[in-house]
Amino acid sequence: MVDVIYHGLMRRDPVQGDPAFLDSFIMSKGHGCLSQYVILEDLGVLTKADLDRYCTPAGRLGAHPDYGSPGIEASTGSLGHGMGMATGMAYADKIQKKDGRVYLVLSDGEMQEGSTWEAMMMAANLGLGNLVAFLDLNDLQGLGRTSETHPHFYPVLEKVRAFGWETVEVNGHDASAVYDAVKSRQGKQPFFVVGKTVKGKGVSYMEHVAIWHYRSPSKEEYQRALAELAEVAM
Amino acid sequence: MRNTFANTFFEAGQQDKRLCVVVADISPAGAMDKFRQTFPERFINTGVAEQIMIGMCAGMALRGLRPFAYTIATFALFRPYEFVRDDLCYQNLPVTVVGIGGGITYSTLGGTHHAQEDIAVASALPNMAVIAPCDPAETRLATLWCTKQQRGPVYLRLGKAGEPDLTGNAIDSFEFGKLRYIKRGDDVCIFGYGPILRLGLELAKKFEARGESVSLVSTHTVKPLDVDGVVEALRRHKRVVVIEETAPFGGLGPRVKEIALDTGAHCRVDTFALQDAFIHNYGSHGELQAAHRLDINSISAKLGLS
Repeated sequence: MVDVIYHGLMRRDPVQGDPAFLDSFIMSKGHGCLSQYVILEDLGVLTKADLDRYCTPAGRLGAHPDYGSPGIEASTGSLGHGMGMATGMAYADKIQKKDGRVYLVLSDGEMQEGSTWEAMMMAANLGLGNLVAFLDLNDLQGLGRTSETHPHFYPVLEKVRAFGWETVEVNGHDASAVYDAVKSRQGKQPFFVVGKTVKGKGVSYMEHVAIWHYRSPSKEEYQRALAELAEVAM
Repeated sequence: MRNTFANTFFEAGQQDKRLCVVVADISPAGAMDKFRQTFPERFINTGVAEQIMIGMCAGMALRGLRPFAYTIATFALFRPYEFVRDDLCYQNLPVTVVGIGGGITYSTLGGTHHAQEDIAVASALPNMAVIAPCDPAETRLATLWCTKQQRGPVYLRLGKAGEPDLTGNAIDSFEFGKLRYIKRGDDVCIFGYGPILRLGLELAKKFEARGESVSLVSTHTVKPLDVDGVVEALRRHKRVVVIEETAPFGGLGPRVKEIALDTGAHCRVDTFALQDAFIHNYGSHGELQAAHRLDINSISAKLGLS
């Protein structure tokens, strides 16, 4: 989904050229910033040296995104903050008659933060058609499967729709489906994409295993993961 | 103070289209309603949702607007504290958080509506400036400064209504980050901020009645504190008195004592603040201050003044 946002949905300034985006992206689930970093490196916003120095004193990238780092438009990490800031940004664009769109990615655990719902209610009240949220619905959070620990968290889509959002549910790993869903929205209200995903997708020993929310792979595990992902890519 | 803030903000808002106000379901006082009618897009009411009041302010500031969050002090600061910390202070955004009724101003509404720890918790935040004007005239100057400042987040702590004029004949003008001498003497120096500085004026008269010369200082910028100014006052006076309507920890009094210790000051320092307690009393603002022993009689007795 992050890839679709950066490479498919975010518009670039034709005068300034790549990668000057006209639109904004907030990784509200700040712990997902590694996916953002590698894409920003691919776009030339960050460097390979930045990635190599990740979480070291010589580097400028940590385990959560920091406003002020290249390509990072808001500091996140504490869950439940992205939706409010995105609402403020989208509203500011609207009243300043700027054609900016704000995209953000949320986690399912983050949807348990009351502040997320406060902001969702407000964004709908303000008619922010320039706000598009993606939910990384992998059904796993710190203490297990959300569907088991919090069964009434579901159904999500109906709850969001009841808050005044235009909604859609797609396979979050299907880039075309994600792209088409956003492109075919009506756009009068904020848009919410429930992306059903698999945690650790493409790496057999990681799929649906909660510990990979925290763990880093050993060298052997890393090589095995790369090999499996290479097969998927082929 | 509320009305002065609203009038000043409306005036500044006519000149600067970036100025917005985000409220959390608080009825607009004075000219705030005029601002709402005149600039409906720049007046946002999040409803009873203070976290988003702050979050939206951050997002709007990230887009170049100059938002003010505005509600009762406890709901402006305590309820959304982590949003103030992460969204405003961590990102160092020029957003003013206006807290109405700082301290125990809402004296009949009970402890849920008191912001007696606001100075300590706001001052603990990196990048945060804390300003507490003492009267309506100073509120106007502080508000104008907030509308123009670029340095980062500000907690602007106001009273409510009916505060007396204290700075009409002040020696100094308002300058952010500087002590403001209202009167200048040689023997006793009284520091304070916010409307309770009126007690400082009453105390000054008592000291003067027994022949002592008194400085009265509005320490409106509680953070960053004018440390050089405090050091100079500690050196120049025989006695320094600090009065503040806030918790006894993390405020101006402990800070002045710390500076006195660090600089080897020889003057006596007496500090007066609220009790470290939730006091379940109701009544006028003055009556609740008295329950905290923060009234003229209690302070005078401790200072040996009749």
